[in-house]
Amino acid sequence: MKIPLNLQSFLEETGDIGRFVSRFFKEGFKPRYEFAELIRQAYYIGYKSLPLVGITAFIMGLVLTIQSRPTLVEFGAESWLPAMVSVSLIREIAPMITALIAAGKIGSSIGAELGSMKVTEQIDAMEVSGTNPFKFLVVTRILAATLMLPILSLWSNAIALYGAYLGANIKGVVSWSLYWSQVFEAVSYSDFIPSLIKTFFFGFAIGVIGCYKGYNSKKGTEGVGNSANSAVVVSSLLIFVIDLIAVQITDLLGLT
Amino acid sequence: MENAPLHEAVLVIRDLCKSFGTNHVLNHFNLELYKGENLVVLGKSGSGKSVLIKCIIGLMRPEEGSITIFGQDVLGLSQEDLDRLRMKIGFLFQSNALYDSMTVRENLVFPLRRHWLKKDMNKSKTDELVLEALQNVGLEHTIDMMPVELSGGMRKRIALARTLILKPEIILYDEPTTGLDPITRKEIIQLMIDIQKKYQTSSIIISHDLQCVSMAADRVVMLIDGVCYANDTYEELKKNKDPKVKLFFD
Repeated sequence: MKIPLNLQSFLEETGDIGRFVSRFFKEGFKPRYEFAELIRQAYYIGYKSLPLVGITAFIMGLVLTIQSRPTLVEFGAESWLPAMVSVSLIREIAPMITALIAAGKIGSSIGAELGSMKVTEQIDAMEVSGTNPFKFLVVTRILAATLMLPILSLWSNAIALYGAYLGANIKGVVSWSLYWSQVFEAVSYSDFIPSLIKTFFFGFAIGVIGCYKGYNSKKGTEGVGNSANSAVVVSSLLIFVIDLIAVQITDLLGLT
Repeated sequence: MENAPLHEAVLVIRDLCKSFGTNHVLNHFNLELYKGENLVVLGKSGSGKSVLIKCIIGLMRPEEGSITIFGQDVLGLSQEDLDRLRMKIGFLFQSNALYDSMTVRENLVFPLRRHWLKKDMNKSKTDELVLEALQNVGLEHTIDMMPVELSGGMRKRIALARTLILKPEIILYDEPTTGLDPITRKEIIQLMIDIQKKYQTSSIIISHDLQCVSMAADRVVMLIDGVCYANDTYEELKKNKDPKVKLFFD
């Protein structure tokens, strides 16, 4: 049976990504460790993304509250607004939006940076100088993305809940203490922990795909553009797939 | 050339074969590089010159043949041993390959990272080496600049300084004069000659630039159809009547 060309290249690329991931685990935990570069990447991936993630989360919380209010008012359940919004944000919306923004910002930047380094022989220069470029460039970026996404997600949760508080006060009056007591009453560890755990996987996927696309960039500036573009597309798609799997696992474990 | 090479081979290549699909770029290629010698590998674009030096440094793996550097078989070395050997070999990339996100100082310090591990190098020793490398290329004032702020010729010099920082015994130059204006080209060639004299390095210069060949070469090897087609001094090759050789000099 002849395999269609598209399917064949998809399977080949999936295999290559699998090998790339296994190389990450093989080389990532062997000395020497590139701590300084890991901190530098954590700064760029984490700290430098705080404003963008914060603004998006704020708007997200505000808009979700404003749009949910009329429906709840219709059913006479306006007082449930903080509880409903906080559960939605913490369980699903904040981690997903954070991951998608990170895929756009971090995934594309890693893809383009490593792609241009590949094209201009900077990766070869590293190898020639006795530095393992996979360890220095790939392992540090994947680890930084994996560790920073949960932190960005926590930040996003906090800002989105604050946005929701302001949203709740646009057409109604909810005191600061009442709002937060309702939020904490509604949200349990079974909402918070699974959503936090899946952000590690989101970060890992963004790091792996960005690095894979950049590190295997084909020659030329067009190749660099393609690496950046496909890093965003593939990692965004993977985020949805991981989310779907995470929801199924959470459901099976009875954490819904 | 003023400095006659010593007849001790530091690098020996035997029957090297490398193909890309059906394109056999190196087909049982043989070469020796002697101590203190500037050897130019001359060939037209796409003839496999860059592939040759990438095989030498271990960036590409040939299908057949052997590469021996300082008596060590490069193709049989472990990664650790290859990295150790690479510290004795400098490589000047055609595109310079300066790290865009680092300053000139950081670019120069980068190859010293493995020395940091050995704890045989402190900050003052590092600064000393960086300064010496920059003095060699006459660009001390660029130490805190970013590569993007430098001109093409300056980038080439900084790349050369980075190559020199570990005081390599062999330097591989990949098209060192490509894309440079005639004056800068001449300066870079002179710099290569000065470095060879100062540090007694052995060099392989990949080029198709006849000015570079005439100024820098002790010996010229012509890479044609994947083999070492001719091997002589520049002056002798110029007199050669073989049509394939003549084509380069006419």
